[in-house]
Amino acid sequence: MMHTCIYLDNNATTQPDPEVVVTMLPYLTDLYGNPSSMHTFGGQVGKAIQEARESVATLLGAEPTEIIFTSCGTEGNNTAIRAALAAQPERNHIITTQVEHPCVLNVCKQLEKQGYKVTYLSVNHQGQLDLMELEASLTGNTALVSTMYANNETGTIFPIENIGALAKSYGATFHVDAVQAVGKIPFSLKGSTIDLLTLSGHKLHAPKGVGSLYVKKGFRFRPFLLGGHQERGRRAGTENVASIVGLGKAAEIELQEMTKAIQREAKMRDRLEKTLLATIADCEVNGDVKNRLPNTTNIGFKYVEGEAILLSLDKYGICASSGSACTSGSLEPSHILQAMGLPYTILHGSIRFSLSRYTTEREIDKVLEVMPGIIQRLRDLSPFNSEDVTWLQTVNSNQPSVNSKQLPVTSE
Amino acid sequence: MWDYTEKVLELFHNPKNQGLIEKTLENDSVAVVFGEVGSIACGDALRLHLKIQIAQDSILDARFQTFGCTSAIASSSALTELIKGLTLDEALKVTNQDIAEYLGGLPEAKMHCSVMGQEALEAAIYKYRGIPLDSHEDDEGALICSCYGISNSRIRRIIIENELTTTEQVTNYVKAGGGCGSCLVNIDDILASVLTEKEKNIEVVTEIAHQKDTTKPLTNLQKITLIQQVLEQEIRPFLMADGGDVELYDVNGDQVLVSLKGACDSCSSRNATLKGAIETRLRAKVSPYLIVEAV
Ligand SMILES: Cc1ncc(COP(=O)(O)O)c(C=O)c1O
Ligand code: FES
Repeated sequence: MMHTCIYLDNNATTQPDPEVVVTMLPYLTDLYGNPSSMHTFGGQVGKAIQEARESVATLLGAEPTEIIFTSCGTEGNNTAIRAALAAQPERNHIITTQVEHPCVLNVCKQLEKQGYKVTYLSVNHQGQLDLMELEASLTGNTALVSTMYANNETGTIFPIENIGALAKSYGATFHVDAVQAVGKIPFSLKGSTIDLLTLSGHKLHAPKGVGSLYVKKGFRFRPFLLGGHQERGRRAGTENVASIVGLGKAAEIELQEMTKAIQREAKMRDRLEKTLLATIADCEVNGDVKNRLPNTTNIGFKYVEGEAILLSLDKYGICASSGSACTSGSLEPSHILQAMGLPYTILHGSIRFSLSRYTTEREIDKVLEVMPGIIQRLRDLSPFNSEDVTWLQTVNSNQPSVNSKQLPVTSE
Repeated sequence: MWDYTEKVLELFHNPKNQGLIEKTLENDSVAVVFGEVGSIACGDALRLHLKIQIAQDSILDARFQTFGCTSAIASSSALTELIKGLTLDEALKVTNQDIAEYLGGLPEAKMHCSVMGQEALEAAIYKYRGIPLDSHEDDEGALICSCYGISNSRIRRIIIENELTTTEQVTNYVKAGGGCGSCLVNIDDILASVLTEKEKNIEVVTEIAHQKDTTKPLTNLQKITLIQQVLEQEIRPFLMADGGDVELYDVNGDQVLVSLKGACDSCSSRNATLKGAIETRLRAKVSPYLIVEAV
């Protein structure tokens, strides 16, 4: 096992907190009862789930009854969108954004085929929404406005309460995919305009395969999974007890650690970013630096290709990610960076570093030590530099179009 | 994770023959050219530099400059290793598969990196020989994939050369279809037409084999018809995909006179290769005594 890796890919997933793991273990060994059972043996497991629910609720500033446990962020988003449409069946318009996660975009694509009208809001070069465009898109027929809280690739944070206020003024349900925001920025659902909010455990040092959906009290919720009466009939299926308990613990830890952790992360992130920009020519930050997750930096290194950078970093045990075509699993670069209208020189050479509370200054030092050399080597291999852009920019007259039909490619 | 062979990683981390070749003015027995393919939009681009020994028509040195992913860099480096020392005619026979093989294989989704190498090589040699690449590339004109600028002929050629059977493979090899996806239907059609041509060829072969069984020598008329058939169904599609064409001019006993057209026309050494290829094919399919000559 590569235990010495420098893990700067925390927007993809995080290391489970050791304390979380310890809390989970009994539920995989001795305490294997079914929380729905009548006996005390199962009952004590039910109590553990209830405690986890309280922890998650506290982290979000919500009531425990407003929290439903799910199997992942993807399930949360699927459920929320369907629930919002079921709540107002007479409306058939959805508003979302071009930079959502595929588990929102692909659901919307599917709904379009079923006759729903979907507006995909554009973003500017910083990845930020235009509230005027949102307002112009809203009608009395809009059932749902679904946006992310913070973007997984650039960390750009949307003005959630402004979006919500507009959505509410048209009577639309407001769903927020907060998978990248929970545990990374403080916010409270008390008095919020948010009706439905998705989170995923593995992005906040809980295990993979567990998440929650917040459903505002009074919302007429219809379940996605039908079956038993678990989660008050709102999400059937015997609970993933150990993971739920783990998520509860992770929420509890975030509540204590977050303020301190995000200050530390932001400091390290800023040092990483500033130094890279200072030591490497022709690179720039992607995203809205004023409204951004404290742990994320996304930098475009011109004239080099992202996959080649990642593989070079991998040699030093450094884990990061890229929005380049060669890493997306398709031939298209990240739909998010494309929607931002970034030039191809930036698109293909973009690297995301995402930190966590486990990141150390020494790890940042290591990245700073090797990055200039990696970029220099690849630029030396590259047929062009800043003076010579024209050839590579123009050989193919038809560049892949930004509004390609196959939108989503990056999926974490 | 990356599914790269040791060889790919080795050539990525320690590439051979990177850089460019400076023109040496004092020496006019060598020429320096470069060929380029790709673009920033595609996410990869290769500029291949050749130093050519003019008298021998051979490659003295080859260097590359590549913008692209791991396998693009490794493929470029592999290409330069493969072609050093070859004559230009030999180099033209290097296929993308040779490059992939040299690397111990490439992930299917990265095959287009090897295709890029082969194309840059061709671009460099054509440039040296003064053959316009466009006539070669786009004879059948139609741009099929506008996202990646891929023509009908290029797709046909890659299907034939690599014996591809699915659209997914075509996308992996030349990227066509990997963007908006609106050209996928057209790629389907091209695949279908190449496959039918192939089947037809098999029919002709069995038919001829059948005729051969009857030991009776072919009449002159039968011979001409057969030659026509083989040219029409087996040879012309390949040449056309490649920007050229062939026509039967006359048959004189065992002597077959053909006229070569298009891209093949302007390049004498390629004609020699072509003549050989046509002859081999006709000898196998019609009569072992045939001699092909270009008029
Ligand atoms: C913004 C966003 N939404 C949803 C998801 C999906 O969450 P999960 O992996 O738990 O299904 C992710 C990450 O994978 C994400 O980054
Ligand atoms: S036209 Fe071929 S992928 Fe868009």
